[in-house]
Amino acid sequence: MRTSNRRRSTLSFLLAAAAALAVVTVVGILLTETAMETDFSRTGLPPSLDALFGTDWMGRDMFARTLSGLSLSIRIGLLTAAISAAVALALGIVSAVCGGLVDAAISWCIDLVMGIPHILLVMLISIACGRGFTGVVMGVALSHWTSLARVVRGEVIQLRQAPYILTAQKLGVSRAGIVRRHLLPHLLPQFLTGLVLLFPHAILHEASVTFLGFGLSSERPAIGAILSESMRYLTTGKWWLALFPGLSLVLVVMLFALLGDRLRRLLDPASVHG
Amino acid sequence: MILEARDIWFYYPGRKHAPVLRDVALSLCSGERVGLKAPSGRGKTTLCRLLAGYERPRGGDILLNGRPLSAYRGVCPVQMVWQHPETVVDPLLRLGATLAEAGPIETRLMDALHIQAGWLERYPAELSGGELQRFCIARALHPATRFLLCDEMTAMLDLVTQAQIWDFLLEEARRRDLGLLVVSHSDALLERVCSRVQTLA
Repeated sequence: MRTSNRRRSTLSFLLAAAAALAVVTVVGILLTETAMETDFSRTGLPPSLDALFGTDWMGRDMFARTLSGLSLSIRIGLLTAAISAAVALALGIVSAVCGGLVDAAISWCIDLVMGIPHILLVMLISIACGRGFTGVVMGVALSHWTSLARVVRGEVIQLRQAPYILTAQKLGVSRAGIVRRHLLPHLLPQFLTGLVLLFPHAILHEASVTFLGFGLSSERPAIGAILSESMRYLTTGKWWLALFPGLSLVLVVMLFALLGDRLRRLLDPASVHG
Repeated sequence: MILEARDIWFYYPGRKHAPVLRDVALSLCSGERVGLKAPSGRGKTTLCRLLAGYERPRGGDILLNGRPLSAYRGVCPVQMVWQHPETVVDPLLRLGATLAEAGPIETRLMDALHIQAGWLERYPAELSGGELQRFCIARALHPATRFLLCDEMTAMLDLVTQAQIWDFLLEEARRRDLGLLVVSHSDALLERVCSRVQTLA
């Protein structure tokens, strides 16, 4: 009885969190135009009922800017996490199935990428790809696949020796059939939670790199760009320029992290102790 | 056809100093029924795994008609029925889907092993050990099977079911000229089923 209730509450939390993130994403897209509009008759207003998050030095509405920035962050997060996860899945499976030299080479790459601090790697790749949207997406995507690839590799190595997989081979099931029918379904829980837990990292690193000036261009209302610009105005007492965007970014990241954690409890209960 | 194990050496990874099998030889002809007997932990299951090609020997050869077993592609002519049937079926697949991988099973086999059609809709965890074992025997009796290795196959079944299964299997082996390797601790069973019994030292 107790477990079924926890399952239900976990499910409803999952759905609510996903819905909240979807609403933020859609509203943010709709508000992109508003976020760019300047109104020099109302610059630097503190938060009020009229402008919930205040306005900046060019009279732009910070509420609209924050939401469209979050929306951009979430979309970039989704895209990069999806690319990362696809790379991780492919390399993890290839590494485990081929073994030998291929495995050694891929494991070496994983160690190499893991050995370099993420933020530095994201910056370098972003610069190499010409910054901007492509730069950030490539940078974050190509630096975040390693841990998931390791998980997938380990999982596949263990599964390959499972008697039911060996028996399927003995009965003439092809290699592709084994991967599709036996490997992927068993990998799915680990993979899905890994994928969702990639989002918060991806979003934070996108914002950090943009903040440092190596990511998205400053015209785009990205959270990183908003925070970076607001730094100049903080000393003049305009606290709302950084507080609300920063806080909302933290909230979205925490929501994704909680989502991943709940998803893991739901899909892979054995791995969660206590 | 003849299945042969020649001068088999085998140890598990990292245990080279304590080989499970050393210089083991065994041969099994079509239509022959050989028993394999040894105390626990002497490598009966390991020898079956080697003979069925689940593992490769560290030394010596497993030959089928003089050709290495690993050279055979497609459905392996040597199939094995495991002591623990729940390890050889994918827990995430319905039994019908697992069965479909190896091709359709004759209704004659299903009837003889008392497999109900409803079982195929279920997941492995929803069947008892005995029911699952009968399912695994049916699967191992693929049309391409020439040798069947039975590793403590009926240990979890009641006596009546055991007798039914062995009667059926012996009849099937005679009909299809299968070679049987029977691993068991039961002298009575080995005596009844096998034409000769080999002991692992």
